[in-house]
Amino acid sequence: MTANDTARHDALVAEIKERFGGGVLDVDRSHGDCAVIVDKAIAHDVLAFLKNERRFNVLMDIVGIDCMNLPSYRERFELSYNLYSVPDDLRVRVETPVSELDMNVPTANGLWRSANWAEREAFEMFGFNFVGHPCLKRLLTHHEFQGHPLRKDYPLMGGQWCTSTSDMTEELNEPR
Amino acid sequence: MGINQGLLPATKDEAGIITTRLDEIVRWGRKNSLWPLPFGTACCAIEFMGVVSSKFDISRFGAELVRFSPRQSDMILVAGTINYKLAPVLKRIYDQIAEPKYVISMGACACSGGFYDNYATVQGIEQIIPVDVFIPGCPPRPEAILHAVLKLQERIDKEPVARRGVPRRHEVVEKMRDN
Repeated sequence: MTANDTARHDALVAEIKERFGGGVLDVDRSHGDCAVIVDKAIAHDVLAFLKNERRFNVLMDIVGIDCMNLPSYRERFELSYNLYSVPDDLRVRVETPVSELDMNVPTANGLWRSANWAEREAFEMFGFNFVGHPCLKRLLTHHEFQGHPLRKDYPLMGGQWCTSTSDMTEELNEPR
Repeated sequence: MGINQGLLPATKDEAGIITTRLDEIVRWGRKNSLWPLPFGTACCAIEFMGVVSSKFDISRFGAELVRFSPRQSDMILVAGTINYKLAPVLKRIYDQIAEPKYVISMGACACSGGFYDNYATVQGIEQIIPVDVFIPGCPPRPEAILHAVLKLQERIDKEPVARRGVPRRHEVVEKMRDN
């Protein structure tokens, strides 16, 4: 982190606020990081803006958060897109609250290829439904697994036996 | 034990014929040619590399011929964390090994799940396949693996050549559970 980062984050936040206005719920600045918390309805537009117009060419990760029992939260779940710009050497997070009652989120696959597996993981661990994902299957847990293990109401030691193996033909046949 | 206990030739003229009991020569062969199949999934497998290499040299005990096909191996050495997704794979590979077959469970993860007490990890491979020797440690020292091979050899030395009718450990455990 440098002072320069802070200034560039300020400029970026100002731009996003100007462009998306009321959709920006909050901005979280701590320890040199910058997180823009936006409404789910405009989340995809913000991501597209950052990718196409502000050179955030790397999607580092998509992180799901279960906010159950946290003292203050907007919705049960939260999604965090961790972005990095190689040309500008700048990082930013885009976070969006997701209601337990409506887990549909537009996919970021069209913006970054790396969203494919990241979204599959967020889907299996928390149950987000990424609308438009080419192959929304479980990634790390097995195909007979029921439920979403990183949800806080999932039993910690709730292992589930798997009796058969599965292949990856569906993934191999995905359009590239 | 083994072949040396057979009747040795009495005179020099008879050299070339050694008599022994069939059981003993079969056991002698089995215990000194344990071809391992390393089912390595984690850091324990790195330790296994050390055991096979010159410094510790598992070939001193006849178990150096590492095979990556269950059709050609006698002993499966499960080295590393086994998760529920991998469980059917391990079971299938174990089923493909021809009898007589032996299982060494290497390290805390394979023996008990280790510190991975969570939704993903099998809490000990004995829930899937019968284990002959457990090696504790995280990861175990190479000497511990050699110790396990020696223990397995002891076991082979004691058991009947035809394993039929001899309860395996998991059968004993299951019987105890039923009672």
